[in-house]
Amino acid sequence: MMKIVVGQGSCGIAAGAGKTYEAIKACMTEQEPFELGSTGCNGMCFLEPIVDIYDGHKLVKRLVNVSADKAEAVVSAVRAGDLSGLSEMVIKPEDEEFLTQQTRIALRNCGIIDPEDIASYKERDGYKALEKVLTSMTPEEVIEEIKVSGLAGRGGAGFPTWFKWNAARQSPGEEKYLICNADEGDPGAFMDRAVIESDPHNLIEGMMIAAYAIGASEAIVYVRAEYPLAIIHLNEAIRQAREAGYIGQNILGTGFSCEFRYMAGAGAFVCGEETALIESLEGKRGMPRLKPPFPAAAGYKMKPSNINNVETFANVAWIILNGGEKFAAMGTENSKGTKVFALTGKIRRGGLVEIPMGQTLRHVIFDIGGGIREDKKIKAVQLGGPSGGCIPEHLLDTVIDYKALSATGAIMGSGGMVVMDENTCMVGMAKFFLDFTSKESCGKCVHCRIGTRRMLEILNRIVEGNGKDGDIELLEELCYSIKDGALCGLGQTAPNPVLTTIRYFRDEYEAHIGEKRCPAAECRDLLMYYIDPDKCKGCTACARKCPADAISGTVKSAHSIDPEKCIKCGTCKSTCKFDAIYVK
Amino acid sequence: MSDCCCKDENMKALDKVLDECGHDAGNLITILQNAQEIYGYLPSEIIYYVASQTGISPARVMGVATFYSQFRLEPVGKYLIMLCKGTACHVNGSDTLEDVICSELGISNGQTTSDGIFSLKTVACLGCCSLSPVMMINDEVFGLLTSDKVIGILNDFRKKAQEEGGTQA
Repeated sequence: MMKIVVGQGSCGIAAGAGKTYEAIKACMTEQEPFELGSTGCNGMCFLEPIVDIYDGHKLVKRLVNVSADKAEAVVSAVRAGDLSGLSEMVIKPEDEEFLTQQTRIALRNCGIIDPEDIASYKERDGYKALEKVLTSMTPEEVIEEIKVSGLAGRGGAGFPTWFKWNAARQSPGEEKYLICNADEGDPGAFMDRAVIESDPHNLIEGMMIAAYAIGASEAIVYVRAEYPLAIIHLNEAIRQAREAGYIGQNILGTGFSCEFRYMAGAGAFVCGEETALIESLEGKRGMPRLKPPFPAAAGYKMKPSNINNVETFANVAWIILNGGEKFAAMGTENSKGTKVFALTGKIRRGGLVEIPMGQTLRHVIFDIGGGIREDKKIKAVQLGGPSGGCIPEHLLDTVIDYKALSATGAIMGSGGMVVMDENTCMVGMAKFFLDFTSKESCGKCVHCRIGTRRMLEILNRIVEGNGKDGDIELLEELCYSIKDGALCGLGQTAPNPVLTTIRYFRDEYEAHIGEKRCPAAECRDLLMYYIDPDKCKGCTACARKCPADAISGTVKSAHSIDPEKCIKCGTCKSTCKFDAIYVK
Repeated sequence: MSDCCCKDENMKALDKVLDECGHDAGNLITILQNAQEIYGYLPSEIIYYVASQTGISPARVMGVATFYSQFRLEPVGKYLIMLCKGTACHVNGSDTLEDVICSELGISNGQTTSDGIFSLKTVACLGCCSLSPVMMINDEVFGLLTSDKVIGILNDFRKKAQEEGGTQA
């Protein structure tokens, strides 16, 4: 039987997939020779809304940018069994390469299964790994398999997963907790949201396997409140898994028991730090604890606890079913398996990319992402969010590997990959991240609380044209003392965006400070607007729109801008139909 | 307590939440989330009431309420605009959109329009980076925004609010 499947992840819905789904449903009569279904996000965000047409389990056509007004055409074509009329909507071969160049493990079911139906997950070997573990493996064997796989924490730090599991297992005590960090706070990263929304059972299964390995009696997902759809799907998946006997008491009759629940976070970036997350789980302000003791010894409720992030757990069931060796066969010596990146910014094909470690950044950006929009020049790529750094164009052949990326001053991080073109100001970028970290600092330690604020003040005066000689050196000095003095990862890594931009784009800082000029023409206070007299037709549109009355000129003759009056709002530039206004 | 939002009937709803959460201080965040869901924000009466029911000091409850960005101590408008200022949105021009929204509504970030229809709050990341710049109004996400698109959306909501009447969420 034919089936029309609409991708309805958050991105898809934002692009109108919900309306498309409703429109298709409205076009259907009671008896149709096909079904309508929904799935999560396949990661091709740049083509949403996406509609897949299946014949049984076989994908016959992928339609893209299917707005609601195209619903009728889709329904009639499928009803008639003749899809030839839909060729305008069919995905282009070069866009298909976005997916065919990927190797998907963590995302293997995303955009394929119906996330709200456990049967759909089970059809793709769902819960077989948990059954295998509970019926034929000891906890030690599970930990060994993960050790063989080389799986490392995908949340940012890249700590070996087996080591943490083993530490929690070895920790004395009956009451132990398994926690999933789904507080994906990194601006620019959304792979965890996609996994929870599109394949929630995969997360549950991975967590239950980990719970068995460490001997946990309760598993808890700490999920961002900003992800309402993920919470709905997770809640439903927990209900179904409990009903099917995969969580709760005496699971599958094996005697293993583990409860499962989630808690919605309340919006604090620092809660991505594991001890802050534990504080938050306990109902307190999310302020990091001093380590040691590590969570493996005294975590949630001061009991042994283990925390991993969503993507880490999303690999576990696959590793158990396919063997750790197969996972370890992918990647580099230090970094095994695949990694998911959220490719965004000035990129042509943005979305979720899962590739084996060891490929180059250039491959991801140009071969998979299709390069830069409007054929502009790439300037840098930002990896690791506020804890990471900006990698310049000349280092794009760096391979994706924890050590190689750290050597550039950035970090692998959770996988946010924001691409910047020649029009992005790197000082502005550093200021953007410091603005973020200074607001998100929990305030517990002086270096982070006050140091990031002082850095932000310096960056603010630089972009406003009031930078002074010695500001760069002062910034560097602050960076190193914050790195040394801060208690947790947030503070220790907060200087990274500043350090990397100074390291690779020092000339931009110098231009702002010395020449009071923004080379990327982005910092508003340093910009001057001009009218090109050769292009100006004297239509007066800009003069009429200017809120500051700064533009003068008579009809049909070239206009000019009074720099004294200009408030640099850019209204004239967006109003001009002749591209006559330029910025310097 | 009689002249605030928490009429007896509403307090019953909060009592139900407190019962479900076992009056446990460990569930404080969940309790406050539910309270905000019921009342639209967290008035001081609620802070004191939750403190008395969970056995922790009002200062501790207030500490949690002010720590997390989700909690509001003031009422919000009928439509809460959450403008994403994440990295991808920043790179794709969310600063300009903030200017547009502010000048269109005559408010700045964190404020509510005098007619009670709109509140504006900038947020770190909504996780729809591929459609940046993005904003969310109540639970609906709008992507690939431009200045004109934003003005159009605001006008649509304004019209909707006028048709429905009433201002508070």
